[in-house]
Amino acid sequence: MADLTLQLLGLQLFTGIALGALYVLLAIGLSLIFGMLTVVNFAHGAFYMLGAYVGLWLLMHGVNFWTALILVPLAIGALGLLVERTLIRPLYGRGLDYPLLLTFGLSYMIVELVRVFFGNTGYPVDTPDVLQGAVDIGVGYFPLYRLFVIAATVVVLVGLWLFLERTSFGLIVRAGARDPEIVRILGVNIARVWLIVFGIGTGLAGLAGLLAAPLQGVIPEMGGPILAESFVVTVVGGMGSLLGAVVAGLLVGVVVSMTSLFAPEMSRVAIFALMAIVLLLRPQGFFGRAGLMS
Amino acid sequence: MKNNGLTRRQAVVATGAALASPFLFNIARAEAATIKVGFPVPLTGPYGAEAQDQVRAAQVAIAEFNETGGLKGRRAELLVRDDKLNPGEAATRALELIESDKVDFIVGSLSASVQLAVNNVTKVRKVLYNSISQSDAINEAKEFSRYTFHEALNPHMTGGAVGRYAFSKYGKRVVFLSADYAYGHEMVRGFQAVGKAMGIETLADIRHPLGATDFSALLPRIQALKPDVLVISNFGRDQQIVLKQATDFGLKKSMKIVAPILLYTARIAAGAKAFEGVVGGTSYYWGLEKTIPSARAFNDRFRKMYNGRLPSDYGSLAYAGVKTFLMAARQVGTTDPEAVIPAMEALKYDYYKGPEYYRKCDHQAVQSVLIIESKNAPPGDPDVFNILAIDQLSEADLRSCQELGFH
Amino acid sequence: MLLGSATSVAPDTSERMRGFLSFAQRRRAWLAALFLILFPLVAPFKALAAMILIYGLYALGFNILFGYLGLLSFGHSALFGTGAYFCGIAITHFGLPWWAALALGVLGGVLAAAAIGALAIRTLGIYFAMVTLALSQCLYYLFYEATDWTGGENGLTGVNVKTINLFGFHLDFVNPIVHYYVIAAFVIVALFALSRILASPFGAVIEGVRESEARARASGIDVARVRFVTFVVSGAFCGLAGALLALHLSIVPIETMHYDTSGLAVMMCLLGGMGTFFGPFIGAAIFLLLENLVSLYTVHWQLIVGAAFIACVLFFPRGVWGTILQRSRT
Repeated sequence: MADLTLQLLGLQLFTGIALGALYVLLAIGLSLIFGMLTVVNFAHGAFYMLGAYVGLWLLMHGVNFWTALILVPLAIGALGLLVERTLIRPLYGRGLDYPLLLTFGLSYMIVELVRVFFGNTGYPVDTPDVLQGAVDIGVGYFPLYRLFVIAATVVVLVGLWLFLERTSFGLIVRAGARDPEIVRILGVNIARVWLIVFGIGTGLAGLAGLLAAPLQGVIPEMGGPILAESFVVTVVGGMGSLLGAVVAGLLVGVVVSMTSLFAPEMSRVAIFALMAIVLLLRPQGFFGRAGLMS
Repeated sequence: MKNNGLTRRQAVVATGAALASPFLFNIARAEAATIKVGFPVPLTGPYGAEAQDQVRAAQVAIAEFNETGGLKGRRAELLVRDDKLNPGEAATRALELIESDKVDFIVGSLSASVQLAVNNVTKVRKVLYNSISQSDAINEAKEFSRYTFHEALNPHMTGGAVGRYAFSKYGKRVVFLSADYAYGHEMVRGFQAVGKAMGIETLADIRHPLGATDFSALLPRIQALKPDVLVISNFGRDQQIVLKQATDFGLKKSMKIVAPILLYTARIAAGAKAFEGVVGGTSYYWGLEKTIPSARAFNDRFRKMYNGRLPSDYGSLAYAGVKTFLMAARQVGTTDPEAVIPAMEALKYDYYKGPEYYRKCDHQAVQSVLIIESKNAPPGDPDVFNILAIDQLSEADLRSCQELGFH
Repeated sequence: MLLGSATSVAPDTSERMRGFLSFAQRRRAWLAALFLILFPLVAPFKALAAMILIYGLYALGFNILFGYLGLLSFGHSALFGTGAYFCGIAITHFGLPWWAALALGVLGGVLAAAAIGALAIRTLGIYFAMVTLALSQCLYYLFYEATDWTGGENGLTGVNVKTINLFGFHLDFVNPIVHYYVIAAFVIVALFALSRILASPFGAVIEGVRESEARARASGIDVARVRFVTFVVSGAFCGLAGALLALHLSIVPIETMHYDTSGLAVMMCLLGGMGTFFGPFIGAAIFLLLENLVSLYTVHWQLIVGAAFIACVLFFPRGVWGTILQRSRT
């Protein structure tokens, strides 16, 4: 392949990181929720899609993109709170499968409700004016908006890290992820922690959806494939591990991007092949604790 | 939407009567007086808007037929079914239409896999079917059913016509980017067939997975190849996303982007920016009414029935697909397939876009391909394309009957 | 429904009901067979009745793993789809007779189950759901790419069986009623087979593992092996369902392999009642009849299906049939 230069590889790497950034945002939410609540949120893709649609709705009503970046995670997070409080909480103690099944049914409803209000067809979303165009990043021109997606993800990650490391609430969350029983014995209101963690997780999914909207437009079905891919990320990174979600998210993004260069039609299979390999060699994932799942 | 709900409910009433009891077969017999046209299209799913336009246009054909006396007083009726863009569902709906509703004809589909599924069902059960979405496979002897006609263009015809225009106008260094499924492959084959004769140089032939949401991983490489023409063969949302991302990456500055098919509804939904300057093909664009009288008449009728709306490309195919069956049946005075088939094969018609006829060997409608360019029309303006050329195809532009496996 | 009205006059309703249900439990396969024979009389049209049978069988296969063993798989579309493709390919590419194609379909389900099972069994609990989902997606893309064999996106067309030759009889498989009963015959055979498996020592082992893994392990049962074998058995049933789907539709759509189809099994099983013999069929019937009915009035039928499903999870976790069974016991 004569056209394969170092420059091209560099650009491809950046593209993969931008793609991975979205996986990271989704997988962190999934992992956080799983680590604390032992709930696999099958509606995570639906929240992601809803984030994109709420963002679109705000933009259509004259709200600017920057305000939407704040409002969308808040709105989807609030919806997450509502869902946890009213639908998921009654299911704790009934077996791990029930919350999963419930969120699965919920995703059906969310997708269909969006179809009712916004139609089947989907919409394009314009890139915000100041983020249009491409900039020279040393290896070639790269779309500014994609750099912004990477930057926004970094900001969110740093914020989340500070929150978890520096606040007493974060301490509880981290302890709760290790051992919910101990936390409960210590007299912490674990139900409230679970509620808030679910809200944070869905809020992050909503934010990812909004960030993705100018890249792909919005469509009711957009949450489906990315949910399966985010599962792969969490499995590869290790369920419940935030660091794992970040590393695996970026890795999956880069793997997709690089396979796209050499064998585009295999880029989808590559994600799942990666997961199969990791499962064979290290069933608990990169940073997962062995035995957590048995 | 509202409109469509009405037609669906009407269909339900008829079905309900037929289903009320298995012992009411004599009533069903009496109802055989109406000519039933089964119409499976994907009302739900991403092409719902397109499907609803197909229903509207099909209803125009039904209304015209009934107003002009029907078939010896027999009126026609459209039975709309939702195939959900799923071949399994489409096959089940086709079986329902045949078994329970006892339809005379089936017209419909909006994807290759769905039309092949319906074709499979109708072929074995000897029911007339007119397919109104693009596929090369349906022309091949392996899939051929003498009960099936193909009113839509096929990728070979479309890709060929657009290729002939684009390679002579914009240059011969070409990159192909296509969705990795039959439609994409067939389109590329269509482009390559004319490209070979014109001496194009293929710099890369890139396939992306169907339903891809991020093409950014492919675009830097395409930019680095510096082609004259980038041929993007994908459909619907894939097309919309790739055009947007290609615009963002600045590809349009250095190359001409060409797509085999530009959809009217997709262009209206997506807005001007992503599509601006993109050249492609279509079976129909309403702007044809400036030069072609039958297009004018069809558009006017459509406007009148639907408050000034304009028909889309795939919608219009439904009009022609329903109308050819009804007209052929009227000619021979019966809906008996064995009588209708020769009438269809002999039909020379100009219903909405200029002259057409069905080729004998594969029942493919020989017709024109319009070469159009998307222009920077303000939102709300329905005039979104310029017609650059009208390529009136002859049988020589189709794959030959031998090539398709007919002897 | 009918049973309810017949017994509502009697004062000892619950007594009779209980008597009937225990009879139903003992004669479950016979009852199911009788129902399947009478079913076309009430179904809206034969093709839908056949779909209900096929999806019922598919949900039944899923139920072996989910309901009886307690493992939630979101990858069963791969077993169903591989069965369908093996059957279709046997007919279109190799011109094999219908019975050989059906056998290959079962084999396809078994092979896919063995492949996915071998990997997925390494993980448990909720992890299992995600891993099976991801692995089935992997198979989906592999079948998708193998266009020469599977037709790719176009689907595999031409799986046409026009006559079924059986013991010298030539049955017209295009005739809707014959078509239905041929499919029903295989489903009935599968029902009897499942009934035997559940009543066998292996059936007891399966339930033992679900009830308490630790206890099963303590009594010397190789739990991992039981899981794997159950997955494969489940694959055989799903493979048969897939093969029947291929014969019924005379095509194999790639959508058969899609994860939506996996979700369908979960929904049907839960709606009807997981871990019950009749549940999956009742679930499949409710789902498809509801879809058929509701989708005539609104394109938003998924909303109603989703709501019904959530209601089941929250209030009727045993599903329709499971709830009936439970009510009659208390």
